[in-house]
Amino acid sequence: MAKAKVSFSDIDLTVNVPAGTRVIEVSEKVGSGIVYGCRECDCGTCIMEVEEGWNNLSEPSVLEDKVLRENMAGRHQRLACQAQILGDVTVKPA
Amino acid sequence: MHYMSNSIVKDGKAVQLDDGVYWVGALDPDLRSFDIILNTANGTSYNSYLIKGSEGVAIVDTVKSEFSHEFFARLESVADYSDIKVIVLNHLEPDHTGALPELLQRAPHAKVYISERAQGMLKALLKSNTDDLEYQAVTTGEQVSLGDCTLTFLNTPFLHWPDTQCTYLEEREILFSGDVFGCHFCDSRLFNDKVGDFRFSFDYYYAHIMRPFKKWVLEALDLIDPLSLRIIAPTHGPILRDRPRRYVNHYRELATTSLSGELGTNEKSMIIFYMSSYGNTARMAEAISAGAQSVDGVRVSLFDLQGGETEPFVDLIEEADALVLGSPTINGDAVKPVWDLLSSLIVVNLKGKLGAAFGSYGWTGEAVRMIEDRLRGLKLRVPKQGIRVKLIPTDEELQQCFDFGNDISSILVGSYQDKKVLEMAEL
Ligand SMILES: [Fe+2]
Ligand SMILES: [Fe+2]
Repeated sequence: MAKAKVSFSDIDLTVNVPAGTRVIEVSEKVGSGIVYGCRECDCGTCIMEVEEGWNNLSEPSVLEDKVLRENMAGRHQRLACQAQILGDVTVKPA
Repeated sequence: MHYMSNSIVKDGKAVQLDDGVYWVGALDPDLRSFDIILNTANGTSYNSYLIKGSEGVAIVDTVKSEFSHEFFARLESVADYSDIKVIVLNHLEPDHTGALPELLQRAPHAKVYISERAQGMLKALLKSNTDDLEYQAVTTGEQVSLGDCTLTFLNTPFLHWPDTQCTYLEEREILFSGDVFGCHFCDSRLFNDKVGDFRFSFDYYYAHIMRPFKKWVLEALDLIDPLSLRIIAPTHGPILRDRPRRYVNHYRELATTSLSGELGTNEKSMIIFYMSSYGNTARMAEAISAGAQSVDGVRVSLFDLQGGETEPFVDLIEEADALVLGSPTINGDAVKPVWDLLSSLIVVNLKGKLGAAFGSYGWTGEAVRMIEDRLRGLKLRVPKQGIRVKLIPTDEELQQCFDFGNDISSILVGSYQDKKVLEMAEL
């Protein structure tokens, strides 16, 4: 299976993951400061900052785009409950 | 409804609070519990306001849907629907938007003014009926004119929903504050200088609704402080026309910690709570505490949950940087006092604090993982998997507990050295 790498800069930690893993599946287990609310692309609580590898995350769905807009997310921000890791990325809590 | 003889509220009549400004809300004296979590010993009110300008009428917030008829009757006593130009929604919770769909039908010339974060919620609220909806998202400093008077918006989010805002009527120095400065207190004498003693209700409302959003309260107060205030008109409880500034100052006191000055500026605070039936979890707690204290810059407090009340513990946790919870596993679960404490923490903001769990067990040891999940649910960061010990901890296991405490402290002060790269399978 294709490998990918996610780094959490707030805790200075990198995890090797199978490509396609969602950020939420990793971030809680390692204790990154990204926090979650609904966990299903509605509330916007889990907005994270993508520091590197923006294009190595799955494309946001129409729904995620809408949630990001409504929560006034910045240019390099995604929902951690939605974004799938496809290549090397570095993220941190927004 | 039976009103007191000195009632200011009358059936079918608006109550004037100032030149061209009216209360058109509803009283709900029979309510005993609000949103399930709040007790309302004498009911509540849904305050809605009407402002008559030379070039149109504005409605600020509405009422819960069951009370729509009272709201419309009061509105009709002072204004025509065709004159309504502006509907301000300071907060979209159903207790204030219940009459909105009907109001939109009746007031064809009205435009709705909401905060930016309220837009998605407004659409969800009105479902399909948004085709000919005219609305505008506004933020701090934006204004809408009613001719001889002007409404200015203040963006005050998270009090207590993301959508909340306040609206200021400059010419009359009236602040329509939404749930802020509100309370569940039903009194037909309506004004703070006439109603019964509502101090308890005011503080109770703050403690249960606003307290988790302290930081946002302080930001809102910074916007409100410079305003000249003759009247504060909240969406629940008495209208504050007698010395309204007192309530602003009181909010600031409530939102400012009562426990400052104990810790040094560079010190972090860790609180360890435990429950123990045979003393095993207690011994683990002591070892963790000793390990945690071996790191400079961390002040550790250790409490047996059995020996205290939940309320003051919640205050301590609000001020702490790390919360460590120990529970034995009994019948496959953590023990009730631990859950009681955890379920009381919704009134404080825990985001970003460190959390950890530990415990001894006899047969199965689920409690530790369950507590960790709950801590994450409360938005704490749980960086280390908790320690579980079967029955009586050995010296080696107590050493692990010591190291665990040391690790949590090190993470807290930023001196932790661990593997920098992990495999998914190791998690
Ligand atoms: Fe509310
Ligand atoms: Fe309310």
